[in-house]
Amino acid sequence: MSDATLPKPTAPALQKKRGRILGNPGLVVAALVLGLITLMAVFAPLIAPHDPYVQVLDDRLIPPAFVDAEMSDPRYLLGTDNLGRDYLSRLIYGARISLLIGLLTVLVSGVIGTTLGVAAGYFGGRVDTVVSFLITTRLSLPVVMVALAVVAVAGGSLRVVVLVLGLLLWDRFAVVMRSATMQLRNLEYVAAARSVGCSTPRILLGEILPNLVSALVVVASYEMAQAILLEAALSFLGLGVQPPLPSWGLMVAEAKEVMLFDPWVILLPGLAICILVLAINMLGDGIRDATAPEGRS
Amino acid sequence: MSGEARPILELRNVVKRYSVGRGLFARKRALMAVGGVSLAVQRRQVLGLVGESGCGKSTLAKMVLGLEVPTEGEVLIDGRPIASLGRLERARLVQPVFQDPYSSLNPRKTVASIVGLPLSVHGEGSAAERQGRVEEMLRLVGLAPRHAAAYPSQLSGGQRQRVAIARALILKPQLLICDEPTSALDVSVQAQILNLLMDLQSRLGLTCLFISHNLAVVQMLATRVAVMYLGRVVEEGPTAEVMVHAQHPYSRGLLASVLTPDPSLGLPETGLGSVFPDPLDPPPGCAFHPRCPLAFDRCGVEAPLLLAHRGNARAACHAAERQAMAAA
Amino acid sequence: MSTPVLDVRHLAVQIPVADGVLHAVRDVSLTVAPGETLCVVGESGCGKSLTSLAVMGLLPSTARRTAERMSFAGEDLLTITPSRLRALRGNRMAMIFQEPMTSLNPAWTIGDQLTEPFLRHGKGSRRQAVDRAVQLLERVGIAAAGRRLVQYPHELSGGLRQRVMIAMALMCGPDLILADEPTTALDVTIQAEILHLLAELQREMGMGLLLVTHDLGIVARVAHRVAVMYAGEVVESGPTVTVFNDPRHPYTRGLIDCIPIPARSRPGVPLGTIPGLVPNLVGGIEGCAFRERCAFATAPCTRTVPVSHGGDGHAWRCVLPEGVPSLLENPA
Repeated sequence: MSDATLPKPTAPALQKKRGRILGNPGLVVAALVLGLITLMAVFAPLIAPHDPYVQVLDDRLIPPAFVDAEMSDPRYLLGTDNLGRDYLSRLIYGARISLLIGLLTVLVSGVIGTTLGVAAGYFGGRVDTVVSFLITTRLSLPVVMVALAVVAVAGGSLRVVVLVLGLLLWDRFAVVMRSATMQLRNLEYVAAARSVGCSTPRILLGEILPNLVSALVVVASYEMAQAILLEAALSFLGLGVQPPLPSWGLMVAEAKEVMLFDPWVILLPGLAICILVLAINMLGDGIRDATAPEGRS
Repeated sequence: MSGEARPILELRNVVKRYSVGRGLFARKRALMAVGGVSLAVQRRQVLGLVGESGCGKSTLAKMVLGLEVPTEGEVLIDGRPIASLGRLERARLVQPVFQDPYSSLNPRKTVASIVGLPLSVHGEGSAAERQGRVEEMLRLVGLAPRHAAAYPSQLSGGQRQRVAIARALILKPQLLICDEPTSALDVSVQAQILNLLMDLQSRLGLTCLFISHNLAVVQMLATRVAVMYLGRVVEEGPTAEVMVHAQHPYSRGLLASVLTPDPSLGLPETGLGSVFPDPLDPPPGCAFHPRCPLAFDRCGVEAPLLLAHRGNARAACHAAERQAMAAA
Repeated sequence: MSTPVLDVRHLAVQIPVADGVLHAVRDVSLTVAPGETLCVVGESGCGKSLTSLAVMGLLPSTARRTAERMSFAGEDLLTITPSRLRALRGNRMAMIFQEPMTSLNPAWTIGDQLTEPFLRHGKGSRRQAVDRAVQLLERVGIAAAGRRLVQYPHELSGGLRQRVMIAMALMCGPDLILADEPTTALDVTIQAEILHLLAELQREMGMGLLLVTHDLGIVARVAHRVAVMYAGEVVESGPTVTVFNDPRHPYTRGLIDCIPIPARSRPGVPLGTIPGLVPNLVGGIEGCAFRERCAFATAPCTRTVPVSHGGDGHAWRCVLPEGVPSLLENPA
């Protein structure tokens, strides 16, 4: 049916692309949620009603209004934690940590994984053998164990967590980029680009990479979610971001002592992590669907 | 100067061998994709290269484009060995048009940037000049200016192939390599593309290596025809001579198997059978003899040489030689 | 005349797509008699493949199929139960697809795939199935057939695979074979052999053959009757000789003129072409769908064009009173 093509291409194509974005409610909702969280993180100092670090020991564990209207305090919209810090402010500042760790980790692992994967897929031969060996080696390392060990030795801090996760989570990038590049390498437009005189970097950047973007976005979203979850896990175990930084994982850890009496203390940061990860994953899937070249199902 | 007679493309005994692994433990074996081909294409000529899939014609094209390196022999373009050319220099001399217009255009780029890519790679002209040349080129291949902003997926197969032709011609190369440019298209679209190539050939004086499995298509454009079988040229000569008095039984079989729209003819008897030999284990002597209706004992022992038996065409066939001798 | 093995009247297939309804097949009537070859010919996108899929009941699930009549050897395909249809498919009606590379399952041996329909339709024992498979492989020109049974598809060349596909279609001795571009992926010499084989087997077994192709060269050589499709409609149909010698629809003439002919078409002399593009079939079309590309279009072409009939079953959907002259400079 492909030959029954539209003679006037541009305008309908744009409309179609817009239609594909707006016609995907999951993508729209995810983008809105993620946008909101990002705004929250960026403008945290302006939005947060209190300083997230200030402890008011008289106001400890004040419940939010929807938990216990009588005990609640209008100054603390989401109550306070067991050191009397404003919970809403800590959640808002916590978004900064999660997003920062997610983005930086994906940046590090994405650069490593994509470089290795594209190189292996495009050049093949020995390069491929070496990269495949690296991937296999990396896959044989249990992420959480290695992360725990390294953080335990090097000490927990934001920088260490980002580096450790970035150096551990590149495998999926490498695997996906490698196989996608192998398919692209044999297409005739790559041969055409070579015949035209394009240099290898130009072919990789101009012909191969643009066609990897949708796969890249999906992997990146998945890995970002993964990194956020791992950071939360490490912080929960006390080996990630150190107190008093308001990491959501750390907040869950701090809340676990009082969780039997005040379950909302653990519920709120848990919910925040869940919503953020879900939104990132949905955004990745939606972008993949919306950016696939036309005519590809 | 002897430059006048110098062919644009010259292949000197070109051989391409691949080593093929057969399973984990079997030893690798040599696959002779091209087994000693010598051909020449003069300026403003079109050499049609014909043969079935697996005969080595596409490998030959890749070597001419510099995408593959010959195992033995030399490829000369305008008298210079292709191995000695830099990638930019080579690109100015040879350009390809590939078979599948659905995979030869980057789906993420607009037509204008696909056709303009060679110019920007070679740093030719300002952005405005480049745009002008792209528009001119699109007009030349029969596309409207509005197609410049389109993506390949918005074009039909024929339009895509026009884009590929525009990209190949924009650097004004000395030699155009067309590798089955119409076999992925409908017959009606094939006719349009063939007409376009004929028109461009006469207007621009293109020199062209035109590869196809269909002799009827090749003869529309070619001044000379070379027929390949299992990595070797089995017949080569002026188109009219090969089309009318093919000497090699394989060329005759290929000609007979062209299905013309004539209902009075019925299905042709090619007499070739359809058992294409295993290229890893080619038959001894003349590689064609197991399929040949004229084969005799000598054919299974001794490989025939590409010789002129009659007229200006050369054929590698013992039977043709015997016939020519009997006629003399 | 014997009852047709396939009788389709006013078949239409509609597929909902993003911006409307695609009228992929609009009004197609076909009959295939036992022992007869009908070629359906047209450019890609004309609905010829969907027509054959509609007959087999293999349309994509979103497609809507309507017809006034669709019967196979007297059995109504419009009201048939799925289980009865399954019993017919692969048994009494078989299909050969274009891509021999992808229509054989790479995980199964040739022997497994050949005997499977035979056993599934309860035609006999495994022993008998293997015997028949060997016999048919030999019949389709595959040497050492017994040895081939244990091979996997990737061990065979394209031509051999297509022969296997034909043997598979013949396993149950069908009354009708639908072949969708069976030789398009093959080399010309092999194409001739495969078509020979199909024609010969058809004569021998008295099957009806519905062959879908875009190549009028094939049609001229193998078809008894031809149906030319354009934009989802049959625009001309009739006995092959009549249609080729006296085409009444400009589209048929255009298709004939664009085929290069050895030793007749010459370098420098352009081939005939059909200018323009296939119309978009989303939303439906009024009048003759070909008029935008037609050199003879007149005012009546914008209204629904009635079907005209000549002698011997020749029918065409065009207002031109006379035949269409060749537009080539040197008509043969």
